[in-house]
Amino acid sequence: MEKNNDDSLSQVRHVILVLSGKGGVGKSTITTELALAFRHAGKKVGILDVDLCGPSIPRMLSVGRPDVHQCDSGWVPVYTDAQKSLALMSIGFLMEDPDEAVVWRGPKKTALIGQFVSDVAWGELDVLLVDTPPGTSDEHLAVLENLKKHRVDGAVLVTTPQAVSTGDVRREITFCKKTGVRILGIIENMSGFVCPYCSECSNIFSKGGGEELAKLTESVFLGSVPLDPQLSSSIEEGRDFMQSFPESATFSAISSISETLLNSLQTV
Amino acid sequence: TTLVPHDCPGTQSEQAGKSSSCQGCPNQKLCASGATKAPDPAIAEIGAKLSTVKHKILVLSGKGGVGKSTFSAHLAHALASDSTKEVALLDVDICGPSIPRIMGLEGEQVHQSGSGWSPVYVDDNLAVMSIGFLLSSLDDAVIWRGPKKNGMIKQFLRDVDWGDLDYLIVDTPPGTSDEHLSIVQYLSSTHVDGAVIITTPQEVSLQDVRKEIRFCQKVKLPIIGVVENMSGFVCPNCKNTSQIFPPTSGGAEKMCADLNLPLLGKVPLDPRIAQSCDEGRSFLNVVPDSPAAKAYKSIVQSEFLQPSTTHPHVPLPSCCTSVVILYNRITLSLQQLQRNLKVPSNLYIIHKTCHKYTNKTS
Repeated sequence: MEKNNDDSLSQVRHVILVLSGKGGVGKSTITTELALAFRHAGKKVGILDVDLCGPSIPRMLSVGRPDVHQCDSGWVPVYTDAQKSLALMSIGFLMEDPDEAVVWRGPKKTALIGQFVSDVAWGELDVLLVDTPPGTSDEHLAVLENLKKHRVDGAVLVTTPQAVSTGDVRREITFCKKTGVRILGIIENMSGFVCPYCSECSNIFSKGGGEELAKLTESVFLGSVPLDPQLSSSIEEGRDFMQSFPESATFSAISSISETLLNSLQTV
Repeated sequence: TTLVPHDCPGTQSEQAGKSSSCQGCPNQKLCASGATKAPDPAIAEIGAKLSTVKHKILVLSGKGGVGKSTFSAHLAHALASDSTKEVALLDVDICGPSIPRIMGLEGEQVHQSGSGWSPVYVDDNLAVMSIGFLLSSLDDAVIWRGPKKNGMIKQFLRDVDWGDLDYLIVDTPPGTSDEHLSIVQYLSSTHVDGAVIITTPQEVSLQDVRKEIRFCQKVKLPIIGVVENMSGFVCPNCKNTSQIFPPTSGGAEKMCADLNLPLLGKVPLDPRIAQSCDEGRSFLNVVPDSPAAKAYKSIVQSEFLQPSTTHPHVPLPSCCTSVVILYNRITLSLQQLQRNLKVPSNLYIIHKTCHKYTNKTS
């Protein structure tokens, strides 16, 4: 593919960043579910978890705390399945004690992320999803600087519907524009909750903010994902939601978002 | 003013003045001389400045989006509902300041006065400061690395004309990084009452919150207690409760029991909370009788947050910080305990806690 085979990302076809100015809006959940949806679509997927202070992906994919091995071309990612169709690398793997806090200032994080991004032996991947911490600071700049050598297809922005959240995501959009990252689209997460007892829909975190934000900033609106206790418990238990609940409304929302995304990658 | 080099290792780091990015920086000599590793003189200035602030409470969580800002804002509102108390709310979330919106102050600007920056007032006795007041547009992104964020926090503490305060509440971003280290360092020459830690019920959230608790222990910040937010949802139509964020590992309750921390309360999900925050109004005034508002009020009134029952500061060995909370909890029996067990003051408790946290038997 690329002439330089030493480049750990040389056989990675597409790179997508998952960003949000706001914390706790579901970046890691969306990253996990998109990865699972891509895999169901027959793709080889990788996830790079660069949230140093709160890595959640290992738990969400139920991989526990495996030892990370090294090969000649770098750190070997952890595969979640025998077919090696979903690879994961997380800072969580490198910590001895899961409760230990990574109390690092920016420069140290920048150095580790640099290593992280360039030293993982991803092998051949269709899509690499990069899950990031909230904000527009050291981690984000470090990820971009190190991925720039390669190519970044763009970013998916995750928000919840309320204005307090879309306000932070607006700032993230400015970040993308300033750093020259294409915005692939906006996803509204935690959008409405359908009561399992009476089917009444409550907009716990308001409604429609993601779509409005997309209009305001002339970005693509990829879709809404509802609040779904089945999704949160799958994430808690590290089960494959996309396999367990194929008939739920959440499933169709996520699959349609992943299809749109895959199509937009083809046209990049 | 000088530009911070691209990969500035930080003026206090071992690499200060020595790393390759320091080449050409006008401060390289100063950093290399070691002078910058001495305590920042601002720490003493901040200590003097905040000596007129009676109580300082930090609101922390390892996890984002669990409701730190919502809690901070409502704690400030609740404390300020007593018109004899002077309350201030400081937002040190530099990259995602939500406090201006939640307090109904979006678009407000900070004014410069002879005695420093003037905070923005919600009420006569409720002052707010946030980087949001320094930005010219809602689209402005603060793309700053650590050292610049730290400089901003220093300015907020040292250069804002806070006046005499009963309470200073500090809302923080998620994580355990620059902002957190800075605020703790800058406040190190003053008395901080402690931290209120916010979590949601799921393990995915608790695993980050445990890290934050470790952080508090590392930096010797007392923990006032834990609040579980988004704890169940009562359908307004049929009144059945759903666990939208299920407490699969026992929620905050089990974590608090395991770590010997007080659980200050649980706040249920309520669509009107998000709505009030978006509109910049106090949820406590909008629907004072809702279960969530009652939960908030009972947390604010809980004994752990009451200054009148705050106990004298007990000097503790470096390995334990949570003893302050334990001490708070068992005050009534402490003297009996000492008498009966004939141990030097606090040693029994300290021993137990150290064992629990570090497996050291000191």
